[in-house]
Amino acid sequence: MRIVAKGLTYTYDPKSPFAAQALKGVDLTIEEGEFFGIIGHTGSGKSTFVQHLNALIRLTGGALKVGDYDLSDKKCRFIELRGKVGMVFQYPEYQLFAETVEKDVAFGLKNFRKGMREEEISAAVQEALETVGLNYAAVKDASPFELSGGQKRRVAIAGVIVTRPEVLILDEPAAGLDPLGKQELMQLLHSIHGSWCKTVIIVSHDMDEIAENCTRAAVFSEGRIAMEGTPAEIFRRADELLALGLDVPTTAKCAMLLRGRGIDIDTDFTCEDFAEKVLALWRAKEGGDA
Amino acid sequence: MEAVRFENVKYSYRGDEAFAVNGVSLSIEEGQFVAVLGRNGSGKSTLAKLINALLEPTSGRVTVFGMDTLDAKKTFEIRKSAGMVFQNPDNQTVASVVEDDIAFGPENIGVPREEIGRRIEFALDAVGMQAFRKATPSRLSGGQKQRVAIAGVLAILPRILILDESTAMLDPKGRREVMEVVKKLNREQKMTVLLITHFMDEALEAERAVVMHRGEVVMDGAPEEIFARSDELESYNLTLPRAAAVCKRLQREGMPVGNAFTAEELAEVLCASLQRG
Repeated sequence: MRIVAKGLTYTYDPKSPFAAQALKGVDLTIEEGEFFGIIGHTGSGKSTFVQHLNALIRLTGGALKVGDYDLSDKKCRFIELRGKVGMVFQYPEYQLFAETVEKDVAFGLKNFRKGMREEEISAAVQEALETVGLNYAAVKDASPFELSGGQKRRVAIAGVIVTRPEVLILDEPAAGLDPLGKQELMQLLHSIHGSWCKTVIIVSHDMDEIAENCTRAAVFSEGRIAMEGTPAEIFRRADELLALGLDVPTTAKCAMLLRGRGIDIDTDFTCEDFAEKVLALWRAKEGGDA
Repeated sequence: MEAVRFENVKYSYRGDEAFAVNGVSLSIEEGQFVAVLGRNGSGKSTLAKLINALLEPTSGRVTVFGMDTLDAKKTFEIRKSAGMVFQNPDNQTVASVVEDDIAFGPENIGVPREEIGRRIEFALDAVGMQAFRKATPSRLSGGQKQRVAIAGVLAILPRILILDESTAMLDPKGRREVMEVVKKLNREQKMTVLLITHFMDEALEAERAVVMHRGEVVMDGAPEEIFARSDELESYNLTLPRAAAVCKRLQREGMPVGNAFTAEELAEVLCASLQRG
């Protein structure tokens, strides 16, 4: 499903002393099949934007289409849309609530797919848990609260992907995990992205994560889109990102400093590619010297 | 003076053989800034909770400024000496106004009223939140909330500040704010700091890093020294800071570059080898 936002605006607590305009006209198109990154500091409007995508926040200004669903239409089938656009919030493990892992994961499915037979539900739950790398037989009867932090997060994600959403949105999916846990989670998202889930959208503060995983990204600043493009295009403008008070990947910062000293490196800013390009420069120089 | 001492400490949550902390011996001098690294579940938080007597060792001995954490008469004194800041900024405020929130700790330990006023001033100054003294914590940013949480701990006048992944839920700006405050307290007040973190760049700010793996301390040294032992670090499932990972890759391909841990250092060493000759 293609996502097209045009002139999206939104104000929290309108007509109150705390009125705050979170979105001031956002134009953004996310194509089906992308692994899209959303960057921006706290208060930039990025969470408000993603919550529009499955109508958790109802459209009040501008236009938004998600596939064939027109969110400005009051007769839009919102429940159906929410089954197709899955949302994983920050620290989703805080939302686990059921007595067993199986019941927790089945909850969304039972609500979105009324009339599904018990054995179909079990089969879907089993598949979702196995997709997130958990052993169904070993965890299904456990209390979600007995699991480790990383496992809890996987269960929470299973509870969203169990409906097989075509678009999966995750707000800071790797926050609080150790470095290896982060890598494993990203691999999990790529494996889902390669199959029934066509579009993945991640909101992240970790620029290295964006550089290494996303096909394209958008930078939110003060309720607007400040930049949009591939990670390479965005991180080449490292100086502008720093001026917006954002971080840049280690490699982008290094490339910027090197450019200031007359060394230009054309890279996509993954560690892998950056090292390759540095080696190429070094080999060319060694060759030239010889 | 020795601030914290662990002597062959073991701790098990269920009283069985599954030790979350398994035979740790460690000594931390007053004024040191120590980072604690390790995977989720490696025992870092348990270690922190053993220091201020939130947990009692199953075996072995923990002392804080010479006071044994098993000595019930000292529990109060130990908790005043070692203040702890946790991960979630929303779970650590009790009052609806910043200065009342900071006053909560000293009020509870019976500090006289005028003295509480002085401590609020001190704590607000220390974390740079004077302008927000009348603000409502729930309307602050994550970084500001964590600074209020630190201020609440400082008002007890602890000699040790323990941060258990206190920057994990913050955005980069919030993280920087908190790290600046922590570094300043360590530098100016000679506060002993124990920083539990998954961010390798934060560990570089410390003078000493301790790596935990399956309940044991497996590496202990200057952060640069620890990151230089990359193979060992990887065997504990920890990753190098990205600049160091790039250097390692280049060195393996035979390029003569030094070690670097930050983007700035990486730019330096790359310049040195690309512009040489």
